[in-house]
Amino acid sequence: MSALLLALLLLPLIGAAVCGVMAGRENLDRAARAVGLGFSAVSLVLVVIVWSLFSTAPDAPRFQGSLSVEWIPAFGVSFALGLDGIALTMIALLSVLVPIVLVFAAADKLPPGRTGAGFTALILATQGVLVGVFAATDVFLFYVLFEAMLIPMYFLIGRFGGPRRQYAAVKFFLYSFLGGLIMLASVIGLFVASDTRLGQGTFDWTALQGMAAQLPLSTQIPLFLGFFAAFAIKAPLVPFHTWLPDAGAEAPIAGSIILLGLLDKVGTFGFLRYTLPLFPAASRELAPLVLTLAVIGVLYGALLAAAQTDLKRFVAYTSIAHFGFIALGIFAFSSQSIAGSALYMVNHGISTAMLFLVVGLLIRRGGTADMTEYGGVGRAAPLLAGMFLVAGLSTIALPGTNSFISEFLVLLGSFPNQPAFTVIATVGIVFAALYMLWVFQRTMTGPLRGAAVVGDGPGAASAATFGTETGDDSWMRRTTARFGDLNRGEIALLTPLVALILVLGFFPGPVLEVLDPTVAATMSEVGVPDPVTQNGVAR
Amino acid sequence: MSSLLAAAPLPPVLPAEGAASAAWLLAALPALGALVLFVGGRRTDRWGHVLGVATVVASFVVAAVLFAGSLGLPAEERVRDLGLYDWIAVGALNVEFGLRIDPLSLTFALLITGVGSLIHIYSVGYMSHDPNRRKFFAQLNLFVAAMLVLVLGNGFVTLYLGWEGVGLASYLLIGFYTGRRSAGSAAKKAFLMNRVGDVGLALAIFLLFLELGTTQYGEVFARAGEISPGALTAITLLLLLGACGKSGQFPLQAWLPDAMEGPTPVSALIHAATMVTAGVYLIARANPLYDLAPVGQLVVTIIGAITLVLGAIIGCAYDDIKKVLAYSTVSQIGYMMLAVGLGPVGYAAALAHLLAHGFFKAGLFLGAGSVMHGMADETDMRRFGGLWRHMPVTFWTFTAGYLALIGFPFLSGFYTKDLIIEASLTAGPVAGWIFGIATLGAAGLTAFYMTRLMLMTFFGPERWKDLHPRRIDGADLEDPPEHYHPHESVAAMTAPMVLLAIGSVGAGAFLVGGERLGTYLEASLGAPIEPHDLPAAFPVGLVPYVATVMMLAGAGLAYVLVGRREVPVERPQRVSLPVRAARADLYANTINEGIIARPGIWLSRALVYLDNRGVDGAVNGIAALLGGSSGRLRRTQTGFVRSYALTILGGSVVLVAALLVVGGAG
Repeated sequence: MSALLLALLLLPLIGAAVCGVMAGRENLDRAARAVGLGFSAVSLVLVVIVWSLFSTAPDAPRFQGSLSVEWIPAFGVSFALGLDGIALTMIALLSVLVPIVLVFAAADKLPPGRTGAGFTALILATQGVLVGVFAATDVFLFYVLFEAMLIPMYFLIGRFGGPRRQYAAVKFFLYSFLGGLIMLASVIGLFVASDTRLGQGTFDWTALQGMAAQLPLSTQIPLFLGFFAAFAIKAPLVPFHTWLPDAGAEAPIAGSIILLGLLDKVGTFGFLRYTLPLFPAASRELAPLVLTLAVIGVLYGALLAAAQTDLKRFVAYTSIAHFGFIALGIFAFSSQSIAGSALYMVNHGISTAMLFLVVGLLIRRGGTADMTEYGGVGRAAPLLAGMFLVAGLSTIALPGTNSFISEFLVLLGSFPNQPAFTVIATVGIVFAALYMLWVFQRTMTGPLRGAAVVGDGPGAASAATFGTETGDDSWMRRTTARFGDLNRGEIALLTPLVALILVLGFFPGPVLEVLDPTVAATMSEVGVPDPVTQNGVAR
Repeated sequence: MSSLLAAAPLPPVLPAEGAASAAWLLAALPALGALVLFVGGRRTDRWGHVLGVATVVASFVVAAVLFAGSLGLPAEERVRDLGLYDWIAVGALNVEFGLRIDPLSLTFALLITGVGSLIHIYSVGYMSHDPNRRKFFAQLNLFVAAMLVLVLGNGFVTLYLGWEGVGLASYLLIGFYTGRRSAGSAAKKAFLMNRVGDVGLALAIFLLFLELGTTQYGEVFARAGEISPGALTAITLLLLLGACGKSGQFPLQAWLPDAMEGPTPVSALIHAATMVTAGVYLIARANPLYDLAPVGQLVVTIIGAITLVLGAIIGCAYDDIKKVLAYSTVSQIGYMMLAVGLGPVGYAAALAHLLAHGFFKAGLFLGAGSVMHGMADETDMRRFGGLWRHMPVTFWTFTAGYLALIGFPFLSGFYTKDLIIEASLTAGPVAGWIFGIATLGAAGLTAFYMTRLMLMTFFGPERWKDLHPRRIDGADLEDPPEHYHPHESVAAMTAPMVLLAIGSVGAGAFLVGGERLGTYLEASLGAPIEPHDLPAAFPVGLVPYVATVMMLAGAGLAYVLVGRREVPVERPQRVSLPVRAARADLYANTINEGIIARPGIWLSRALVYLDNRGVDGAVNGIAALLGGSSGRLRRTQTGFVRSYALTILGGSVVLVAALLVVGGAG
């Protein structure tokens, strides 16, 4: 399994290098895209194999498929990888989404001077680095990769994005980089502490976990805050979120999916892997602070989402609300809430990818992300509207969809320890329905108008008004044919996500089983007993 | 109130065997129908309606077989559990996906699939001109499947799955005529107000898990006594909030009349006969909890009483035939709520009225649909008149439903409503009087608004003769004809109406007579208590007479005010204050708008401003400050990423240097 894990890390990077070399030649552009897709498909196969090999037995080691090579022996730095349940599910999500994203992007128009090969290379590079981030079991390696993943994403936004891409890319970079630097201080601090406590400095996660958890609270808190700053920016908690709507709106759809679906999860992943196990006392002490930010995020993100007129910014703000739910579950310290958060990370990736894809397909037709330019799309493109609804229902965690399981677990599990925060967050499900149905109503239902009529963007509005007023329907049939419903390829692209949404809504068992041992380990590392037992709350 | 009486032990929950182990087919069949029709898309247009009807009829057959099997068992063996698989299992939580097959769920299953079958058949005719008929049947099948999951689930989480599932189906079907803006708004409003209720239901589930570590019915009800009294009261009130949302009860009633934007068969099935009674089901199902929570019960009865009066008052003021029926539904469900809140003395009465109401209200809505079908989709009763001559079957079946609803002696409503009134008198010395006056007064109002509806629609001069049909905005129908041509509907539509009329006439006597329903439901709801055996506000024996007098008074008043006068085609604007208030839904929408919608929009806008200027502005400002000037910042920002790569490199150098220092020190 170690070899497979290494292959999961290296294959996308090799693919990125190959595509990067091909990027110089225009005649190889299509071939480069195909090569990139091939690499991502192989990764997907590998992940399936790794998943089947992963043991969920109670006595199985936390990290499976571990490998470790000395890197900078003077400082105890190793190139060490290993998978726990949470890392495995995140890598699996990554491997599912990357091929979909590559296929989708193949039909995108590129900015002048950019090549598909370059784009593919950047996506694959991000994939490779992300595998490393999730699989790293050496804190120094994690830090390096954490910073390294900014580079391909910076180029994805800055080179392939929308009109304000430079601004968005720089903002994204500065925020993340600043967070990373603060974390660096804590990383060094950990090393220093291990040096004094263990007699020999190390960056090995397991060794550090055993050591750091014993540190006094006064030492844990500053170390905690260093990591927390990086993660709270990455999985943006209010008020560290303002880079996200810009980045999400300006990045190309494929980039937005990778950014919001996966890259941002490094933040919540970091909470689970680093802040909780390494600094349990500080985590418990500062939980109310994090929970406050989390719950504010749930409501704040939802209210702001409701007020957006740009479809991509809208999706970005819904994600801020969702990151609030995830953070709530993590810092509520129960098996259900933590498992719910870990599952939420997977489900949010699926739902957001679906939502962004549908939005992308709509923008391709209408030529604008401005939702006021759309109306009655369901009449011109009923399948597109149907897919939008599926994505939306998954986003608002309707029972029967994947997200319900995770949101339910987060809220149910958070309630015993944090009733007040949970009640406020539960009210968030009304806001969620509000923003989603409002957008659906404004763009998909009602009389056909705006961009949906002729598919030429802003200029179309007058034509639509004309048709509605005269009551003449013949022009409508002519023009809706141009707008067009989903074609076979597009349906095929969305089908796997729809299937995942429904299957995981009714059968979350296989994923929960993989997460379970890691969740149990995290619970014991935090040192909080489960509030509810088989017979209810302990009195 | 009745906690002592409810101490009788619950019957054991036995595993399902024999035919009952195939009970999952009940929900699976319509779910499959929905799946095929949704995925198949336009390819299934030609036969989609046939599949849609077939799955529900098949489901009805399964329900009938299960019901027969249940009848053949002794009462203490009628509660069965069919576990299917572990749905959500983490730590102490184990949510099983399974079915509870007992008299309560089977009664609902029969109602849902029985009335559901009739309405599916009716829809074949009603929707025959609609290009989206296949989509309609897909959504209707989805509804039936979700509704069956709701009533058949064996725990609160499976209930929640069905609960939000019917909410989705209702949302889709209210908004079915996608061309109408009003349909979109009504659908959204329904879903949102339901979600407010769902928050209550969700929190109740969290509390149950906290108290007992489980959410399955079997364990929750067996160990209901372990829940602390405060938590129990909270749970029952939160469940009630959920029930109010789904059942259109005060203060969450405002969505139901708007829901009439959906096609009329939807109004009949979802917004009259089945989904809106889910709140009553929830409280009846949770009876072991309510029986231990007198405060919860009291609030249920108060909500029911307020709603039944409020619905009846507003029903008197509307001119839209479907909205009158909608407010009638609000009011009648108020009766049922009041009854379930009364505990064992009211459970059987509530369920009997629920079933009878399912028949006559579904029949009334189908009749209204038949009228609309013959009148170019018009719903304004001021444009009707004298229609009895033109649609005889519709008229007679409608009359049966009308008489049943107003409680005409020996028809369904007479028996079932009287049971509720009788039970309400036993609520206590003061409450008995209040509830008695409310229920009897509302019975008079019911007779008034229904008689008004009958007179304006079927009797009097044919006001439509001089009018031109109006184009119904956005409906996917052909353009309206020049003149109204009222005509009787096709057999696919009238046949279900006839069957429902028979049910309206006979169901009450059958269910109440010999206490058939109460006895059958004993395994689920405990032994019923006779109102005659309890102290009452005034003699229970008088109820049938007083109620009949109220009914006659209401009908007579309607005849005097409406039947003997000319009905103006245009709605009079100069009306008295109470009429104006009733026309404005007693200002429910105004209040919602004023205290929730508008402040919400303001808050949202304010936050956008804050986010752009405040949070983001602060960050940009600090960045600018650090950079010395915003101009310099911009210069570094538009610079090449190489400089950032350099910065990372620099950072790494600092790191290594720091490590060297530390290492040297160590």
